[in-house]
Amino acid sequence: MEKLDNLYREIIMEHYKNPRNKGLVDDPAYVTVHIKNPSCGDDITIQSHFINGKVIDCRHDGHGCSICCSSASVLTETVIDKTVTEAEKLADNYLKMVSNKPFDAFLDLEEASVYSGVRQFPARIKCASIAWQAFLETLKKGA
Amino acid sequence: MELNRWRQDFPQLKDNDLIYLDSAASALKPQTVIDTTMNYYRDLSVNIHRGIYDEAYEATRLFEATREAVASFIHAEVDEIIFTRGATAAMNLVALSFGMTNIQKDDEIIVSELEHHSSVLPWQKVATLKQAKLVYIPLDENGRITVENFKKVLTNRTKIVALTYISNVMGYVTPIEAIIQLAHEKKACVIVDAAQAAPHLKIDVKRLDVDFLAIAGHKMLGPTGVGVLYGKKALLDAMEPLELGGEMNEEVNLYHAIWKDAPYKFESGTMPIASVIGLKAAIEYLEKADLVSVENHVKKLRNYAFQQMKKIEGIKIYNPDADSSIIAFNITGVHPHDAASFFAEHRVALRAGHHCAQLIIKWLGIEACLRASFYLYNTYADCDQLVQTTKAAVKFFRSVGFEG
Ligand SMILES: Cc1ncc(COP(=O)(O)O)c(C=O)c1O
Repeated sequence: MEKLDNLYREIIMEHYKNPRNKGLVDDPAYVTVHIKNPSCGDDITIQSHFINGKVIDCRHDGHGCSICCSSASVLTETVIDKTVTEAEKLADNYLKMVSNKPFDAFLDLEEASVYSGVRQFPARIKCASIAWQAFLETLKKGA
Repeated sequence: MELNRWRQDFPQLKDNDLIYLDSAASALKPQTVIDTTMNYYRDLSVNIHRGIYDEAYEATRLFEATREAVASFIHAEVDEIIFTRGATAAMNLVALSFGMTNIQKDDEIIVSELEHHSSVLPWQKVATLKQAKLVYIPLDENGRITVENFKKVLTNRTKIVALTYISNVMGYVTPIEAIIQLAHEKKACVIVDAAQAAPHLKIDVKRLDVDFLAIAGHKMLGPTGVGVLYGKKALLDAMEPLELGGEMNEEVNLYHAIWKDAPYKFESGTMPIASVIGLKAAIEYLEKADLVSVENHVKKLRNYAFQQMKKIEGIKIYNPDADSSIIAFNITGVHPHDAASFFAEHRVALRAGHHCAQLIIKWLGIEACLRASFYLYNTYADCDQLVQTTKAAVKFFRSVGFEG
């Protein structure tokens, strides 16, 4: 039970119920990446707006489980106003953390650090990862 | 303590706290299947049909003995049994060989939204390539295939009818006997996906008069990697193999070759010999257990669990009137993957997702669902665990903020 309580933390539930930066914009300045997890139907789109090496906006939309949807919301709040280099480092570190690989515990993942509980649920790593992976793709495509 | 005379034969269920409710995905294996498969590797390990030494002869004998066992299990002739990689490979073979040869522009292929992807996607492809029409039987209000609705889509242009015998999501049994008769009146050919049916129903291909039928070994207590395609002999004789290579030919010349007769022309290369041999032990186990007794037991369990599940507030059951072992449900307001983690934490193994049947999931208007399925080794205690865990799950998810 402790494991489950550790997974469904208040912050996660709060973002799940009240997602930030949700809804896509019809603006060619944004880089859009769509990722689907066909095995469970999670379906997330991330849009990033980069100016002068900085993430000035990040948006998300889609559907899926609470871990997947909330992590998209947390992602946007974490990366907005970061430099592209910082954001990439954070995303890298986050993905290592949730997949139980060695990660830099001193790098401040802010609210995203609550997803460390995912490590104990190997079947849910994908749920916690796809929004961040989609964000990394937007970096590759457009930053 | 209730007695389940089959349970002790499944080593995984001894001294184990696993509540296995995912048999519709794959069944657990009895010791005899494990032993038979292992004995092949320990005592023989060699290829079939090739060597003339004792081990090769014995391996070939055991391999062919499974063919006889399958034939008698479904009342077919021995040379109507083709071993494949699974039910998926069996249905692809029919569509991509028989279908691609016999379907013409504007022909109609009838399928349903209850199909597993492996029963519909090959025909979707054939229809696209041949400019034929893929036609869906309208399901009734509960999501069932009915004879009445089948009649509405059956026409003089119907060439193929590809349907599931038992739905792997809803647990409905399709009235295939009447459908096959009607289809034959129009000279259409019927392919039945019996992946879910073979573990639960006595199948008599002669009585059904079905043209092709697909089975998955791993769902009927057998090893993975082996399935069966049954086909009427005359149809198989006229059908081209898809995979060309070793063992399937009689003579090879520079610019042409001659195939062996069915079923061998469809079994190219080295087959999953151990799995085929193990499948015989699975069939023998099921014959001894008797499918009627098995199905009686499974239905009682399903009903026992369902009667309690339907009283739980905060869950939705999608197939209250299922004919077979499945309960498809969701905790309202909770994505099935969230729910499945809770069940997994409590060692209740069930499936979450679209179950490779996205069309029926879309028909239900949901993203995915949970599926509990029962088989012969399950007990009333397993049902109680399912019910209790479901109640606890509803409580837990409400407590952390999921709204119903
Ligand atoms: C109804 C149905 N058809 C076909 C299949 C495919 O069987 P296999 O995975 O053995 O090819 C399955 C199993 O997943 C099934 O439930």
